[in-house]
Amino acid sequence: MSDSRETDGMDQIADTLAGRAAANREPLPKKERMRIDRGAMPEQNAMARARNFAEVNLGYTEQLAIIEADRCLQCPKPYCVDGCPVSVNIPNFIRLLGEGNIKGAADSLLGDNALPCVTGRVCPQETQCEQVCLRAKTGTPVAIGNLERYVADWAINHTEVFADTKAAPTGKKVAIVGSGPAGLSAAGALAKRGHKVTIFEAFHAAGGVLIYGIPEFRLPKDIVQKEVDRLVADGVEIEHNSIIGKTYTLPELREKFDAVFVAVGAGLPVFMNVPGENLKGVYSANEYLTRVNLMGAYNPDSDTPVLRGQRVAVVGGGNVAMDSVRTARRLGAAESVCVYRRSRAELPARAEEVHHAEQEGVRFDFLVAPTEVLGDEKGWVTGLKCVRMELGEPDASGRRRPVEIPGSEFVFPCDMVVVAIGTKSNPLLTSTSPDLRVNKWGYIEIDDNLQTSMPGVFAGGDIVRGAATVILAMGDGKKAAANIDAYLRGELPAPVAATAAESPDHAAH
Amino acid sequence: MHLIVAKAQLSPNVTRLVVEAPRIAEIRRPGQFVIVRRGPGGERIPLTIADVDKAAGTISLVIQAIGKSTHELTSLNVGEAIQDIAGPLGTPTHLLTSGHAVCVGGGVGTAVVYPIAQALAANGVKVTSIIGGRSKEWVIYEDELRAAGEVIVCTDDGSYGRPGFVTEALKEQCEAGGIDEVFAIGPVPMMRACSELTRPFAIKTTVSLNSIMIDGTGMCGGCRVSVGGKTEYACCDGPEFDGHQVDFRMLADRLNTYREFEQVALERWTEHHANAEAH
Repeated sequence: MSDSRETDGMDQIADTLAGRAAANREPLPKKERMRIDRGAMPEQNAMARARNFAEVNLGYTEQLAIIEADRCLQCPKPYCVDGCPVSVNIPNFIRLLGEGNIKGAADSLLGDNALPCVTGRVCPQETQCEQVCLRAKTGTPVAIGNLERYVADWAINHTEVFADTKAAPTGKKVAIVGSGPAGLSAAGALAKRGHKVTIFEAFHAAGGVLIYGIPEFRLPKDIVQKEVDRLVADGVEIEHNSIIGKTYTLPELREKFDAVFVAVGAGLPVFMNVPGENLKGVYSANEYLTRVNLMGAYNPDSDTPVLRGQRVAVVGGGNVAMDSVRTARRLGAAESVCVYRRSRAELPARAEEVHHAEQEGVRFDFLVAPTEVLGDEKGWVTGLKCVRMELGEPDASGRRRPVEIPGSEFVFPCDMVVVAIGTKSNPLLTSTSPDLRVNKWGYIEIDDNLQTSMPGVFAGGDIVRGAATVILAMGDGKKAAANIDAYLRGELPAPVAATAAESPDHAAH
Repeated sequence: MHLIVAKAQLSPNVTRLVVEAPRIAEIRRPGQFVIVRRGPGGERIPLTIADVDKAAGTISLVIQAIGKSTHELTSLNVGEAIQDIAGPLGTPTHLLTSGHAVCVGGGVGTAVVYPIAQALAANGVKVTSIIGGRSKEWVIYEDELRAAGEVIVCTDDGSYGRPGFVTEALKEQCEAGGIDEVFAIGPVPMMRACSELTRPFAIKTTVSLNSIMIDGTGMCGGCRVSVGGKTEYACCDGPEFDGHQVDFRMLADRLNTYREFEQVALERWTEHHANAEAH
């Protein structure tokens, strides 16, 4: 994405716009569509935002949105829809938006996607819908994510214009374990079909990774709350502080409900397993981000403290690492460095996050692997001992394997280290469900209906996939809801084959 | 919301709140704890479940007022409510079914050791409790523990029971022999001293670790402790561990991570509280 909007052609476009009514606009000829450049997302000034937690992206204005909508070529065979894990009918909502029918665009979008305010902000569009956009072949793709966000934000602020589309009550009860993106998506879809949905959430607030993991500056918590409120208005009940595996077991839930969807996420932090990792000032990204986001530690009025490192090393290269390294800047770090053992090309984080991090003064140190955390006699972190790497042969993931360069050890002096190298499965639920089959990494095994080894119990999201993305979890939630609905009607087809989770990938969010 | 139905001041800084939490009262086992959050903006803090009343659907939380959050909790009154209580968390105590157990409680740790002593006694285990405090007014749960067996009270200043530390009384018990397990729960130096004391006697010694937690389900890793050279999570692998294997120095170090924040928060709260009362 370019920093400032290209203004070439803007005058002609403005003329074109002025010549047409705001609503019921005639479609623009393809040739004219091709002349419009991609509209940059307005964003908060980098130096200012590096010190605050307000949202970085400000969202399109109505004019920007309508111009961008006109860039869509309305392909008869839209590759973007195939590129979307929840199969949003992208050309349709963009067409309606371009016609000035934003209510219609919102109806279309919400029919496909339960949390569009969220996905419009956090989806890796550049590897999904926008990657396969026809316009990307000769230039820049349509800013699908930005348009999604524009329509979704309009909808969440105009809930009164949406009719209640709920089906008549079926009398069936469904339990959903976890209120992250998979659980919320499934809840919305099941409630719409008339089922009575209860979500069991371990924390005191709903949203899962959307509220404890992804920071305020990327996904404001009041947006997540509005999405949750919309579900509650649809009749979804949320039971907070309920840890399945402790407060209730999965077999107990199965007895009380007609079906269960397990979407607990991947849970446990992975540490580097190097000496000094238990020193004060070493955080898992989970702990660091939970303190700051869920517990609001960035706000001085919060009772939950968080260390404010001056020189911070964040280990890892995924979105969680980007969230951590940018959070450290905002909490006052003079130097906030992302330490990654591969090179820039292998960074699993969203391109926009890397770009934003660099704008905010985050430094990247590539091809570096930590070997030890150093500390003082009082147990506080004083540095991160590292070794330089070079890329060797490709490994199982297809990425070139980093190999240590002998004699390249060095120390990065720092007072805080955040470990963001992935997560692993939490056994709390699975260990108390003897009939639930898991693979060797502890992830739940499912068939292609997303049903587990326990009949009527379905699973999706990171507890099946290993650490993945919000949108893949939402795709699972949507698919699970359709299958649970079929199961409750006695129409679930026999599974074709069982699918086991692949080796855990560490590109979370 | 969890209504507070009873409140008692047990010592100068230890308060018992009896709160409604029917599901937790129904299923909790000795050794387990809850995570409590007073309300919006509040911290999540782990608290042991000292006792339950299944019929009434209540649990007893015994809280030592040391920081802002614990002061706020202990200043709540009957009729008020705690917004969030999550649990029961942690691995329940592995309970002996016969033999002799010595339960050592220091300060607020006495309330943590109490449900264990109670359950051991119910199993037919002979229970000797050794509890201590600075002086008489700091001794808690004495009468409750007497229902489980013999109680030896120690006070630092000799104002009640025998003078001296709980370790001295524990040493005599170890020398007398016949002990199958020691449970030592209290401040870190006390648990370390008890574990060092029982080591030469080769008596299994279980301690309960109160490390810093957020979620209590293994998600944050903040509660990590080193046990036998291995990193374990107090929230789900514990909170009880083999005292002979615990790295107490690391535990004590990590427990003071936020000391500065805590002092500032408490000073602000105390000032605000004093102002509020003056008006």
